[in-house]
Amino acid sequence: MSSIAFRRRAQLGLLLGPVSLFLAIFFLGPLAIMIVTSFLAPGLYGGVEWTWYPHNYGRILGFADPMFEDFDPVYIAIFLRSLKIAALTVVATLLVCYPAAFCISRLSERWKNFCLFLITLPFFTSLIVRLFIWVLILRQTGLVNAVLLNTGVVARPLELIYTDGAIVLGMVYVFIPFMFMPVYASVEKLDWTLVRASLDLGAGPIRTFLRIILPLTAPGIAGGAVIVFIPALGNFVVPAILGGAKVMMLGNLIEQQFLAARNWPFGSALAMMVMSVMLVLLFAYVIVSGRRGIDAATGR
Amino acid sequence: MRDSIVRLEKAAKAFGTPEGQTVTALDAIDLTVRRNEFLTLLGPSGCGKTTLLQAISGFVELDSGRILIDGEDITDRPPYRRPVNTVFQNYALFPHMTVGENTGYALEVAGVARPERARRVADALRMVGLEGMEGRKPRQLSGGQQQRVALARAIIARPKLLLLDEPLSALDKNLRQAMQIELKTLQHELGISFIFVTHDQQEALTMSDRVAVLSGGRIQQLDTPRAIYDQPKNSFVATFVGASNLFEGRAEGARLVTGDGLSIAHATAGTSGTATALIRPEQFFIAEAGDTAPALDVDLEQIVFVGSTFELFGRTATGRRVIAEIPATRRNLVGEIEQSRRARLAYDPAAVHLIPAEAA
Repeated sequence: MSSIAFRRRAQLGLLLGPVSLFLAIFFLGPLAIMIVTSFLAPGLYGGVEWTWYPHNYGRILGFADPMFEDFDPVYIAIFLRSLKIAALTVVATLLVCYPAAFCISRLSERWKNFCLFLITLPFFTSLIVRLFIWVLILRQTGLVNAVLLNTGVVARPLELIYTDGAIVLGMVYVFIPFMFMPVYASVEKLDWTLVRASLDLGAGPIRTFLRIILPLTAPGIAGGAVIVFIPALGNFVVPAILGGAKVMMLGNLIEQQFLAARNWPFGSALAMMVMSVMLVLLFAYVIVSGRRGIDAATGR
Repeated sequence: MRDSIVRLEKAAKAFGTPEGQTVTALDAIDLTVRRNEFLTLLGPSGCGKTTLLQAISGFVELDSGRILIDGEDITDRPPYRRPVNTVFQNYALFPHMTVGENTGYALEVAGVARPERARRVADALRMVGLEGMEGRKPRQLSGGQQQRVALARAIIARPKLLLLDEPLSALDKNLRQAMQIELKTLQHELGISFIFVTHDQQEALTMSDRVAVLSGGRIQQLDTPRAIYDQPKNSFVATFVGASNLFEGRAEGARLVTGDGLSIAHATAGTSGTATALIRPEQFFIAEAGDTAPALDVDLEQIVFVGSTFELFGRTATGRRVIAEIPATRRNLVGEIEQSRRARLAYDPAAVHLIPAEAA
């Protein structure tokens, strides 16, 4: 190895050292603990017993320990519901953010910055407080029902809160900024002369959207989808507040296992399942964006 | 008219500026482009040439007036329903598609079957000298090659008219000159009309069948390159196209007398009253002893050697600037005047073009 190459490597090592150390101690360490725990037997009064015990996963997937626990399809149902709600959140935030990104990208520089500021504004207030305001709006005696009752649109208050719909609404509300930023970044740098070229070559508006605009902004959409889907899947604050006790999601289930049931091995197994789903999705994203997203992003 | 492919009738367009003013981009323009013609729109930036091009391609809506292509009124048609294609200034190649997909885009949109499309893409790429490059991505090509793809993409659907929006401005000088000749050849082979927008007068003169000089949203002159150069209709055209020496004054018989007392001989019969005489720099020659041609005496301020010619920058006794171009073959004469810093610049009265007083 030449001395220049050696110095480059040394510099790189120095620069990446602190962050690597931090991640190793505070991310990989706990992760390793969780992986080990997920294969241990739960202690009778909390804690773990140091014996090989794959039935934590069995309880979820169908090979439960025949002595103590039953396989219960409820966990798979919760899994599926969480996937569904996370997917709905992605779709809904995209439907809100994509058109908005086009509008904002065409504003003057001043208005652009102002709109971006507005979108980050919710971060300045506590998430819990903001979600409780949705409770006030959606509950039986809340704002929406009050308006509907007083105007005579409905005779009895609607059941708005503690539904899947309320959770999706809350999730969309929380995750809009996460979807907006990557989508906006790719829409903003879209070259409009390409759109003109497409129209000029005889493609109508719909075709131009599908063949030119959509593929060129796809990296932003995929990025936004990933950053919204992953935290939405594990989110437990929104279902806890807007889902009440009726709608359980993975986040709540895991939280319950750790804090209420004190079954750490089972909680760890659930968390590992969530993580494996995310890893699969991330892997798919990397492959897809590696093949065409990077082309589109660096094509000019 | 049977031999016209495009006709603009009283095409008008005004834009509002952010400061609340109105800018007239097109001032009731009438323009006819002939079949098979290479027409250039020439003018400084802001003269309306790009607006005119975009009105034809459909990206600018006219305030009033009509546009007819091949006898059909297309004024209200969207860009994707006009038999016109454009080569954009920055090429506007689709970065996520290959060269082949870019080139075949118009055919794909029109629903041409894949085998025929592939054949025609290969043909179009061969025409622009990019055989077998179908599989490349635009960013793997040089600027000149991207330019050619943009060209192939715009001609593949055989539009009735090809619009070119300063397509050569991003290329370096040598490549630009090569492309100028190629474009002209291509236009002949294809047999379709080209409307070419440029602010480069050399480019306009080199390639065009006719040149329209635009300024202030109006066509100042529409003529062959030679007529534009030799017989400009007004002093704007005279100064914008080529270098020029202009002498304003009163024409009396075979002479024009300027305010500062210069007398310019000319051969234009029957002109009298206020007029401007134009003498191109290359029309001057250095008078030798015994020459009887009319001449201007100047003090030389600078002599610049540019290869094929010497450029002489002089001033008359009354301080008027005069530019002359002397062929480099006359370098012994130039050597003499370089010593004396004075020259007698002679000209042929027949080479003086008289521009009558302009109607505002």
